[in-house]
Amino acid sequence: MLIKSDFQGFSHPLSSDITPLSVYQSRRRMIRLMASGVAGAALASWAGREALAQPWLPPGKQAALPSVKSAVAGALSLDKVTDYKDASGYNNFYEFGTDKTDPAQYAQALNTHPWQVEIEGLVKKPGRYALEDLLKLSAQEERIYRLRCVEGWSMVIPWVGYSLSALIRKVEPLGSAKYVEFVTLADPKTMPGVRSRVLDWPYVEGLRLDEAMHPLTLLAFGMYGEVLPKQSGAPLRLVVPWKYGFKSAKSLAKIRFTETQPQTAWNKAAAQEYGFYSNVNPAVDHPRWSQATERRIGEDGLFAKKRKTLMFNGYEAQVGQLYAGMDLKRYF
Amino acid sequence: MALVTPWRFAARLNAIGLHPWSKRLLFGLMLLPALLLVAAVALDQLGANPAQALVRRTGDWTLRTLCLVLALTPLRVGLQLTALARWRRMLGLFVYFYATLHLLSYAWLDMGFELTDIAHDIPKRPFILVGFTAYLILAVLAVTSPGWMVRLMGGKTWRRLHQLVYVVAGLALLHFFWMRAGKNDFAEVGLYALIISLLLGWRLVRAVKFDKKPR
Repeated sequence: MLIKSDFQGFSHPLSSDITPLSVYQSRRRMIRLMASGVAGAALASWAGREALAQPWLPPGKQAALPSVKSAVAGALSLDKVTDYKDASGYNNFYEFGTDKTDPAQYAQALNTHPWQVEIEGLVKKPGRYALEDLLKLSAQEERIYRLRCVEGWSMVIPWVGYSLSALIRKVEPLGSAKYVEFVTLADPKTMPGVRSRVLDWPYVEGLRLDEAMHPLTLLAFGMYGEVLPKQSGAPLRLVVPWKYGFKSAKSLAKIRFTETQPQTAWNKAAAQEYGFYSNVNPAVDHPRWSQATERRIGEDGLFAKKRKTLMFNGYEAQVGQLYAGMDLKRYF
Repeated sequence: MALVTPWRFAARLNAIGLHPWSKRLLFGLMLLPALLLVAAVALDQLGANPAQALVRRTGDWTLRTLCLVLALTPLRVGLQLTALARWRRMLGLFVYFYATLHLLSYAWLDMGFELTDIAHDIPKRPFILVGFTAYLILAVLAVTSPGWMVRLMGGKTWRRLHQLVYVVAGLALLHFFWMRAGKNDFAEVGLYALIISLLLGWRLVRAVKFDKKPR
């Protein structure tokens, strides 16, 4: 692997500053023990809060990506965080194959360095933005979001990134810009799935400009306190927590500002099944299955009942007003 | 190869097929996928979404067993392996067995045994409706499989009824095609379609040939 330097946007702490993993973990274990009441009731309430503050451990597989807790409303779900093993091993990333385990197996060939994102279309400041600059554009925040896949399963993932609006403001969209189109990498040399005809490559997603400007819409660079693993859309991806997972495009190559609604990949492939909006909506079924319930990966047992899917994936209070007066059955 | 003529080869295979242990061995082999699935559940080897894996794999095994049972007659006639006739009922019942596991996984793991939800789900989604129709036909064939049923119904009627397995094959393919259609992922569907159309095509050609002969 490459050794990343300050020049590339990675500032390394002195090795003497780093708490050894074993010490860190034993402290976590202590806190958990106390929270479970072993060390007395007085300490337990404090420890309980502390244990809740970061309910997962960094997996230690990628470079660390430090962050601060997000202050955006609704950005820190209290649901139990999905195991890193599942979040990085059960993925839909068709550029690497249609099987859920294909991305983890084949994405390692993806070359994420150097990386730049082309900003084009109706903006005052188009151009190529290097990953190193994008990383520093705004403070990296931790956001614990529910992720609801259109296939009927869900996870809870602690992302690291910042609101996409920070980037949008920087590039200054023109008044005529109404939509944002996201074009992702399609490299037949490193992505075996691109040679298949499952979808029209490159994978394209899109949002209305007001959706893209919503503070919950995240430009993510990491998860679980580390940079994104390749199978999760490294080096940067979109995360739109109130929409089905496929709206959250991975490994972004271009962001284009347009006046007309972008032609998104899944909508082109099957318009009757996947709408442009694709907001999580338990009342509007997919033609081939119900969207009323979901299975939380790694948590709901094999024979447990599936849990009810929430309107806008539980983000209705934050995003409901974006769709006021819209017929969500028609604009699914 | 001069010593082993095709006829002698077939005779030898038939002798193996007629051995009482061959059927028991086949029974064990056909049961093996189900046992392995149970083991995979117990050892948590079905990945992050075991419920979906179970629904899919039981569906796969239903289709595979269906292909096997449809291959019996062409193999029996084409290679003169008369012994294969002994396996027909058992293999047919295994199709029903795996279809039952498939339906159970859907009803239990996907729908939580909510019978009203399932009842609503079946007519609402063509893909489920097609699968369920195929299952109902298989159930009728399974119930009428014992020898005394053949005698009760009369051979001709019974054979007519059991030709419905061809309809089941078509419905199963359509069910699988619809399931994969959303992802434009037809490679596997195409493979099963090819196998099944070859096996049914062979019957069609034979039926036309027999029709032309003077009776």
